[in-house]
Amino acid sequence: MTRVDLPSLATASQSEVARQMQVCNACRYCEGLCAVFPAMERRRVFTEGDVDYLANLCHNCGACHYDCQYAPPHPFAVNVPQAMAELREESYARFAWPQALGPVFARNGVWIALVSALAVAGFILGFALLADPGALTASGDFYAVMPHDAMVAVFAPVFLFSLLALALSLRRFWRTADDAHPVPVTLAALWQAMREAAALRYFDGGGMGCMSQSERPDRHRRTFHHLTFYGFLLCFASTSSGTLMHYLLDWPAPYPWWAPPKLLGVPGGLGLVIGAAGLIWYDWRRDPALLPERRTGMGAAFTWTLLALGATGLALYWLRETPAMGVLLAVHLGVVFAFFVTMPYGKFVHGLYRFAALVRHAHEGRAHDVQEAEAPTEGRVRT
Amino acid sequence: MSYDVLIAGGGNAALCAAICAARGGARVLVAEAAPKAMRGGNTRHTRNCRVAHDEGNGILTGPYPVDEYLDDLMRVTKGNTDTELAELTLQRSKEIWDFLEAQGVRFQPSLGGTLSLGRTNAFFLGGGRSMLNALYRMAEDLGVAIRYDTRVAAIEVEDGFFLGATLEAEWDGDHPRSERIEARAFVAASGGFEANLDWLEEGWGPAARNFLIRGTPYNTGGVLRLMLDAGADRVGEADQCHAVAVDGRAPKFDGGIVTRLDCVPFGIVVNAQGQRFYDEGEDFWPKRYAIWGRLVAAQPDQIGHVIIDAKSADLFMPSVFPPEIDDDLDGLAGKIGVAPDTLRKTVDDFNAACRPGTFDHTIHDDCRTEGLDPPKSHWARPIETPPFRAYTLRPGITFTYMGVRVNRDARVLFDGTASPNVFAAGEIMAGNVLGQGYLAGIGMTIGTVFGRIAGETAARAISNREPAS
Repeated sequence: MTRVDLPSLATASQSEVARQMQVCNACRYCEGLCAVFPAMERRRVFTEGDVDYLANLCHNCGACHYDCQYAPPHPFAVNVPQAMAELREESYARFAWPQALGPVFARNGVWIALVSALAVAGFILGFALLADPGALTASGDFYAVMPHDAMVAVFAPVFLFSLLALALSLRRFWRTADDAHPVPVTLAALWQAMREAAALRYFDGGGMGCMSQSERPDRHRRTFHHLTFYGFLLCFASTSSGTLMHYLLDWPAPYPWWAPPKLLGVPGGLGLVIGAAGLIWYDWRRDPALLPERRTGMGAAFTWTLLALGATGLALYWLRETPAMGVLLAVHLGVVFAFFVTMPYGKFVHGLYRFAALVRHAHEGRAHDVQEAEAPTEGRVRT
Repeated sequence: MSYDVLIAGGGNAALCAAICAARGGARVLVAEAAPKAMRGGNTRHTRNCRVAHDEGNGILTGPYPVDEYLDDLMRVTKGNTDTELAELTLQRSKEIWDFLEAQGVRFQPSLGGTLSLGRTNAFFLGGGRSMLNALYRMAEDLGVAIRYDTRVAAIEVEDGFFLGATLEAEWDGDHPRSERIEARAFVAASGGFEANLDWLEEGWGPAARNFLIRGTPYNTGGVLRLMLDAGADRVGEADQCHAVAVDGRAPKFDGGIVTRLDCVPFGIVVNAQGQRFYDEGEDFWPKRYAIWGRLVAAQPDQIGHVIIDAKSADLFMPSVFPPEIDDDLDGLAGKIGVAPDTLRKTVDDFNAACRPGTFDHTIHDDCRTEGLDPPKSHWARPIETPPFRAYTLRPGITFTYMGVRVNRDARVLFDGTASPNVFAAGEIMAGNVLGQGYLAGIGMTIGTVFGRIAGETAARAISNREPAS
């Protein structure tokens, strides 16, 4: 039998996932769809750490919902993507560091919109009060508007704090999962997880495509996610290369089009804009059955933020020599600032926890590919 | 409204027929009695299809020649099959993989904890409902009209010739809407009658009231009754069905695969009176599970209880419902409503009869009883390690075999003569091939093969047009 470890399941979302996993573990038809079901099959008891891990391993491709013979209106009411999504969003708040900021996840859309608006307004106000009015509209030189040192002074502490918060949150996730099944971090598992994350291997309905809008699978969501993710990485690389050139080569901005910050940043910005806009457009018509019943606005807040990051960055690139430069720079820096501030307290964390879950899954798959015992049967079925 | 081909039912057989008829140029209407969310009859609960093949293909682990398939079929049916149709079915089962794949169905290796089916059975990626979704997508793309919540309430058949039918939309609600449909051909692919307890009672007596129906509640045999009333020849007996012992706490309908219990070989099974009634370790469970439905059906109140101890708790596929657990047998007896003294005596007698041996559930081991009636031939270990566990068993019917007689064109026979335009496919005619017994995955084989034949033949029968290649 499968057991639900009730004392450890602190929340209703955890209990619901454990309940559904009991049904799924006796069925197993979805075994080939993704990583969640093979991971489930390695367990007979579902504790807090197990269900949090499984929820974050789920990529929300939706396939198992449309494939499920026990989906509502069946009385077993199995809806794994929805139950996982609810638990996942709830778990973000539980893992958050500092814990006092956990509630930000509950009304995430409102908080992120608020922080973004305040940050943009703050930069506009700051420029209006502090910057040289001539530089604001004409110079094309960012550092004439806001000196490099000032930028570093504003952004570095925020960025470093966010990194610390993310690291501590991630550690909390890992330890909760370890309470159920301790898993070491191995190079082999990291490498496998990196490949699976880079390819979004489990965001594919087992090869048929995601089913986010209906039982007709497609690959749009995965494509847009790829564009967004790689766009984001290129933008990050662009910023990093700029930092290196500034400090190591003593070569401050602005850079010509062929310099690394531009070569990386322009396609990165385009990827972000097209990808994020695609996700927003696509999610407009998502089947509500797959979404958490508690609407936190987390997904939308994240995609709109990424779209704003990319769009304001590109606008700045194209309109730098125009009078709009000053305002655009304030808006872009405001959006970036808000993004850094809210990084540990929004959908951004999904990437971290899911990657960590993939590492755990990779290790479990390598370490003990234990088969469930079966009723007496001649030999083994699978290799 | 007028169509070329009207198809009753919405499962695998119906959809295969619809797709093939539409490819043959026919205007097709599918009338599915269930709402969209519950469409597909028992196909929703399937997971694989038994297919003959001359060599493995990376997913199927080895060859399964038609001859071996036929031997298996003859063994389980004890020859109760139409040999011509059986050979046709198994021969054409070789085409199923490619056919289904072309409709968008995907396959995967046999599932964790499944019976030894990796060589013989093609497992659908995501299970039967995923497979159905692919067939529906294809049918929609081919222009097949599909009406849900719509049953065939009446058919007009004159001397075996189909003229039209009355469809009833929203028949399950307060305001059913009737409509007469004319069509040049009719395909009955609407499943069996296992969800019709009154009909089951005709075959099984009052015991049928205690059966659980593992599959769709929509298989009430309405179209089968219409066909028989219209003069179609009957095949099979009303008490022939695939029945296994399932968890007694399963819902009355639609419990599906999760209600199975694989723990029988690890313990003993007692009836309501606390007595054993059959050799639990006679053979490997995959070879015996199909007889336990009937065994339990023959017991008082159609109930059985598997008793195992802590040694065996995790040796089988997880169950969906937790067992009754108690540290002593008397307590356990109270929880399952069996007299404690009787249960204790049964367990004591069993324990005393167990011969020492080396337990190994993957072979016919030497753990057996001596001087016990009925014996337990393998995997017999004393039940002595608390906590003790009890799982309650009930007969669970998967599908019925009685149906209409067909020929190799899937044409329904009326008084021994093949109809010009009435066809049948799937569970409603499975009894032609599977007269008794059971072979895992053969229901889907029969449905796919005869669905294709019915669709292709119907499209050809209604027109002189050459089918599109």
